[in-house]
Amino acid sequence: MEEAAAARVVRCGGSELSLRRAVFSADSKYLLCVSGDFVKVYSTATEECVHVLQGHRNLVTGIQLNPSNHLQLYSCSFDGTIKLWDYLDGILIKTFTVGHKLHALFTHAHAEDSVFVTINKEKPDVFQLVSVPLPRTPRQDAEAGEPRLVLDHISPSPKCVAFGGQGDYVAAVRDFYLSVYFFRKKATSRFTLSSSENRKHAKNNFTCVACHPKEDCIATGHKDGKIRLWRGFDDERKYTYTCLHWHHDLVMDLAFSATGSSLLSGGRESVLVEWRDAAEKTKEFLPRLGATIEHIAVSPAGDLLCTSHADNKIIVIGRNLEACAVIQGLVRDSRVLTGLMVDPRTKALVLNGKPGHLQFYSLQSDKQLYNLDIVQQEYINDCGLVQIELAKAAFGCFGAWLATVEQRQEREGALELQMKLWAYNKKTQGFLLNTKVSAPHEDCITALCFRSADKSDVPTLVTASRDGRFKVWVLADDSDIYRKAEGWTCDFVGSYHKYQATNCCFSGDGSLLAVSFEETVTLWESDTWELRSTFCQRAGRVRHLCFGRLTCSKYLLGATESGTLCCWNLLSCALEWSTKLSVSVMEPDPHSENVAAVARSSGGSDLFVFKPSEPRPLCVQRGVCSEEVLWGVFVPRDVPEALTSEALQWLNRSQFYFLTASQSLLTFSSKSPEEKLTPTSKQLLAEESLPATPFYFLLGRHRQQRGEQTDGAAESERVQLPATENVPAVSELLHTPAHVLPSAAFLCSLFINSLLLATEAPSAEGMPEDAEMEEEGERDSSEEEEAAPEKAQQAGLTDGGPGGDEAEALRQRLSKCEKELRKLRRVDYSWVAVP
Amino acid sequence: MGEFKVHRVRFFNYVPSGIRCVAYNNQSNRLAVSRTDGTVEIYNLSANYFQEKFFPGHESRATEALCWAKGQRLFSAGLNGEIIEYDLQALDIKYSVDAFGGPIWSIAANPSGSQLLVGCEDGSVKLFQINPDKIQFERNFDRQKSRILSLSWHPSGTHIAAGSIDYISVFDVKSGSAVHKMLVDRQYMGVSKRKCIIWGVAFLSDGTVISVDSAGKVQFWDSATGTLVKTHLVANADVQSIAVSDQEDSFVVGTAEGTIFHFQLVSVTSTSSEKQWVRTKPFQHHTHDVRTVAHSPTALISGGTDTHLVIRPLMEKVEVKNYDAALRKITFPHRRLISCSKKRQLLLFQFSHHLDLWRLGSTVATGKHGDTLPLSKDADHLLQLKTKGPENIICSCVSPCGSWIAYSTASQFFLRRLNYEHDNLSLQRVSKMPAFLRSAVQIMFSEDSTKLFVASNQGSLHILRLLEGSFKHLHTFQAQSGTVESMCLLAISPDGNWLAASGTSAGVHVYSVKRLKLHCTVPAYNFPVTALAIAPKTNNLVIAHSDQQIFEYSIPDKQYTEWSRAIQKQGFHHHWLQRDTPITHIGFHPKRPAHILLHDAYMFCIIDKSLPLPNDKTLLYNPLPPTNESDVIRRRTAHAFKISKKYKPLLFMDLLDERTLVAVERPLDDIIAQLPPPIKKKKFGT
Repeated sequence: MEEAAAARVVRCGGSELSLRRAVFSADSKYLLCVSGDFVKVYSTATEECVHVLQGHRNLVTGIQLNPSNHLQLYSCSFDGTIKLWDYLDGILIKTFTVGHKLHALFTHAHAEDSVFVTINKEKPDVFQLVSVPLPRTPRQDAEAGEPRLVLDHISPSPKCVAFGGQGDYVAAVRDFYLSVYFFRKKATSRFTLSSSENRKHAKNNFTCVACHPKEDCIATGHKDGKIRLWRGFDDERKYTYTCLHWHHDLVMDLAFSATGSSLLSGGRESVLVEWRDAAEKTKEFLPRLGATIEHIAVSPAGDLLCTSHADNKIIVIGRNLEACAVIQGLVRDSRVLTGLMVDPRTKALVLNGKPGHLQFYSLQSDKQLYNLDIVQQEYINDCGLVQIELAKAAFGCFGAWLATVEQRQEREGALELQMKLWAYNKKTQGFLLNTKVSAPHEDCITALCFRSADKSDVPTLVTASRDGRFKVWVLADDSDIYRKAEGWTCDFVGSYHKYQATNCCFSGDGSLLAVSFEETVTLWESDTWELRSTFCQRAGRVRHLCFGRLTCSKYLLGATESGTLCCWNLLSCALEWSTKLSVSVMEPDPHSENVAAVARSSGGSDLFVFKPSEPRPLCVQRGVCSEEVLWGVFVPRDVPEALTSEALQWLNRSQFYFLTASQSLLTFSSKSPEEKLTPTSKQLLAEESLPATPFYFLLGRHRQQRGEQTDGAAESERVQLPATENVPAVSELLHTPAHVLPSAAFLCSLFINSLLLATEAPSAEGMPEDAEMEEEGERDSSEEEEAAPEKAQQAGLTDGGPGGDEAEALRQRLSKCEKELRKLRRVDYSWVAVP
Repeated sequence: MGEFKVHRVRFFNYVPSGIRCVAYNNQSNRLAVSRTDGTVEIYNLSANYFQEKFFPGHESRATEALCWAKGQRLFSAGLNGEIIEYDLQALDIKYSVDAFGGPIWSIAANPSGSQLLVGCEDGSVKLFQINPDKIQFERNFDRQKSRILSLSWHPSGTHIAAGSIDYISVFDVKSGSAVHKMLVDRQYMGVSKRKCIIWGVAFLSDGTVISVDSAGKVQFWDSATGTLVKTHLVANADVQSIAVSDQEDSFVVGTAEGTIFHFQLVSVTSTSSEKQWVRTKPFQHHTHDVRTVAHSPTALISGGTDTHLVIRPLMEKVEVKNYDAALRKITFPHRRLISCSKKRQLLLFQFSHHLDLWRLGSTVATGKHGDTLPLSKDADHLLQLKTKGPENIICSCVSPCGSWIAYSTASQFFLRRLNYEHDNLSLQRVSKMPAFLRSAVQIMFSEDSTKLFVASNQGSLHILRLLEGSFKHLHTFQAQSGTVESMCLLAISPDGNWLAASGTSAGVHVYSVKRLKLHCTVPAYNFPVTALAIAPKTNNLVIAHSDQQIFEYSIPDKQYTEWSRAIQKQGFHHHWLQRDTPITHIGFHPKRPAHILLHDAYMFCIIDKSLPLPNDKTLLYNPLPPTNESDVIRRRTAHAFKISKKYKPLLFMDLLDERTLVAVERPLDDIIAQLPPPIKKKKFGT
């Protein structure tokens, strides 16, 4: 394993799934959608992510199925390339370099050798639709042909361009006009909405366009909620349109069903409207979809459709307008006030989700696990309304309790404050409201922390507020004659010279409570609530406060607003050290002594990882990102890593995630980008893609039997090779508890690969190389690219045939065989089963 | 422009009758409109939509259907069971024939114009032969169960479609028997009604029958097989009318919700020849039921209970984007309903069955420009004259001295003498009208109220001398030989020497009252005359035409005046020519001979002949010259047309004396408030 000098900062999921229309595979089994730099392949039946197509180096801005081979997918990106994928196996087939920043991608069946992209040439606001011919070369990497202009002055959004069903024309909308380019006539017609209609309140702007798959009919959506159906547009005088009006706000997207018999529209109302026969009176609704509908996509088979929503959600909907699957990513639309937390039970990242909700987001599978409605009020989406905000949340007692604080502050008027305590219910596997405290403090609550104590102790919560007090809440018996119950009640109120309490923190064993009152830090005995000691450094208000962990638990760290980081020794009650550092995030690692601090500097944000006991930081990484880091958290690893590099050791037990001002969730990765591309189970997929015919059942059984044989074979091999035990993958497999392991199918190929790595001697089948290749898809592709000219050269050689070079030729032929084998292997994994 | 004290009259509570049916005549480009009170109006669409002719209503003659035959002949049928043919020259009813089938709901002439069909209450469809002088009953078709509400001929004339209640019948004209009976679904989208009334049918040349019904459906039927092809649900209420264009590539339907929908035949793809009917644009120009629609080659015409006649041009059919491409809404009749007695400050309002005489209020207060003056004496309702009998009043007039009122219905002429004794008013009937004075189209008194001029509907003009309580027939100008065209407009010179009269098409005739003979004829112009007046002293005849042209003709010199030639040479301002309501009244200022006062429904204008004429670059409408600018600029920007748009809709405006104007307005909101309530609709139509 290579050792990088410093950990790389990588984006870790949570990317927007609803940036572009999702694409259904031809058989509607898979749903493909863009997600940041990747393309994700989801199963429509199980909602699981089957593949992540990685390879683009910038935001992916468009995906389309290859019209001539529906098992392939084109994607385009801001990095200026168009890539062709085999999405079933997750393999990159070809890369075409265009050179411009590509904003959208379109294909249609009648232009087989070219695709259409939106590029931005000179001025920042002038976008063009161009057709890009894709050369037919066997090479993996190719230069795309010269772009040919189709339409000028279009909108960059792909919703504003649509191709006619027969590929005769392309329609584009922008502002107040609709342009239609006819490929046969090579002429553009432009239809402008008459200015007399542009009265004060008539917002006629076009927002989206869709074309009927069979008839010459263009549907356009408008800002005032109208849908216009244009017909007869091949004649600039005889064109005509019909209006459909249901939406009260702008129409976000339109789509025709596969046969064109109905039109689907959606907008801010979060209602999917189906217009049957494009008639005003025959419409069907699917209401309460949760958030603004951004995109609508229809499967080519016509049995499914999906809506992409503003809250990073894709809903797969059956033809009878019943939602059948929900793919939910990280919700990133609201202000994150709660910060990042880790749910001790699910290890999920917890933060603000939809307005008034707390979301539980799984970092491993990049999807939302659970959405807890905290405010429990209908959310009214109207600008100018002051909403109730979920301001603070904290987990306590190993995830048994959750405390949340919600507040609402009108410009004038009193602060509405409410604290809720939620108990984890094992039966329902969720949180149930236990206690609701209205107005727990007179001013904003600045910090909230549970005492991390043994199970025998009474659960204790401390809230610090700007009203100058901190309150201790304990769980007490609340039984009456009707039922046994327990609830939270205030146990102690503490204050210090009427200073505002800015933060609070319990020591690791829960015996001490530190509360910062502006510039002073006070220490309280948690059994008797006695003030034990105060520290005052006169260096500004204390913003962050934390105790050291494990061996460093005698230290207390405090970071002030004016840019000082102090460390006090609790035994000597004296300042151990202090340094100038304007800390914006300070997080202790729960599994080690390490503390991570992110400081704002001129070049962006810098990360410092240190132990409170040691003056020298473990790791300093400058410029982790260019913008401000708002929140950070250590997430314990399921499986500890064994990183030896000093600069990476702090990542062994936990991973550090942080959230920037632009709402992107980043983390540190010790692996090189090539290593991240782990192989996934392709064998499984090959089987999945087979139709469920009687023949399949026969074959499937046969394969299963063979699979068993393979297992046996592998076992015998393992016996022969005791070195395999040292392979980390195997040890992981054996040492990890079964319930946290990924699916066996996933592990299987990993396991086999580990076996292959173990053998040192090169075999005739070229096993080690193959294994390497599997891990390094990227490098592999470049190798193959080199192979092509080599092959040509070699062909020349053999033709010319000087006898002395026969050995060389043989070697080359051998390598060629190997490569072919490799290719073969990529297609079919079942070769392993052949004895 | 000068300052005036304006009597702003809003107590003329005139409500036009709702429109029942319209019939468009493609050959002459004329539109016949019948109203619920039985009035039939003829609009000339090529003459700027001017209402050329009208036939007064009759209480028992509720017209249900109108149709043109052979381009010139207009037939109507109504609930009294009679078929009426109108005489378009003499503005009279030619004859009426009873169909003996109970109330008639529908009428249709065949495409060649030789046969007429009527659909009756008793379920019978009756075929009439159209002869040059009269129509003659030919035969009955198979009798149906219930009333025949709509009829349509196949363009070849071999079949007809008849819409009844719950079903549509297709008849073979030769045999008179029903070929198909197409049942219409009573329930649609869960709305169940007791009956489904087929309000309209249209038979297309490819055999398609389009029906509109009370369930809100527009349905396409194949008449060969009698099957339903397609259904469009367009409204929650009744769809009451349908009209198909001559090319059969578009049609229009009107609904009880006040919306009209345009359907067009559009090819499915540009390459294939397959075509389909699609609903394209909805138009909401009405607040109430659209009872009837018509489809001219370039426009959709609709009318309904809310009394507006709306002409919506089809943009794709209009060649140039000129003023014809704009929407027209015709609400008020293009004739004068108000006459004024200047001496006694009286206003006579004409309603369909009564006359109201009001005395204007007065004030002693003075104020600045733009002030509203308080009334010291309120306007006084002096008199209400009700007609006996079912006929509507055609025209009325009060004499300038205020002591005579003359009015006429279709069969009788009335003259009344008013006697004022302090505040008391007594009415004296002048009896024994001569036989020739049966009905009048237009009545006018001379300025000194000694003579009465009556234009009768036979084309002759009668002059009567008024004496105290009686009258004497002086003379009759007979119509020009060979014509029977009625004179619709009269003008008398203030000195009483000249009488100008104009018909609908021929030029203006000027008669000398002194010598009792035709003095001259102003050359005929393409567009009908909308207003006439003779200026005092100069005896210049000012003529306004429906295309907004104004001519000034000197009667003594028998030629157009210099000013008239000048303005014809330069041409009117394009905004002036684009005004869409005709000029209905012309008046003169007694002290300023250079001024001509005129108004249409939306503006009042004083033409100052001494000022330069505006060209197309200058602003036509400059309400008040900016006071802060110097006199030089003011003079430079001043031009002959001084327009005020303060009073609208303006039905009448005239000078009472040098400094006083009277303006009669009729706000549209007041009319709507007096109409029956429209169908209740939710705001978002859900």
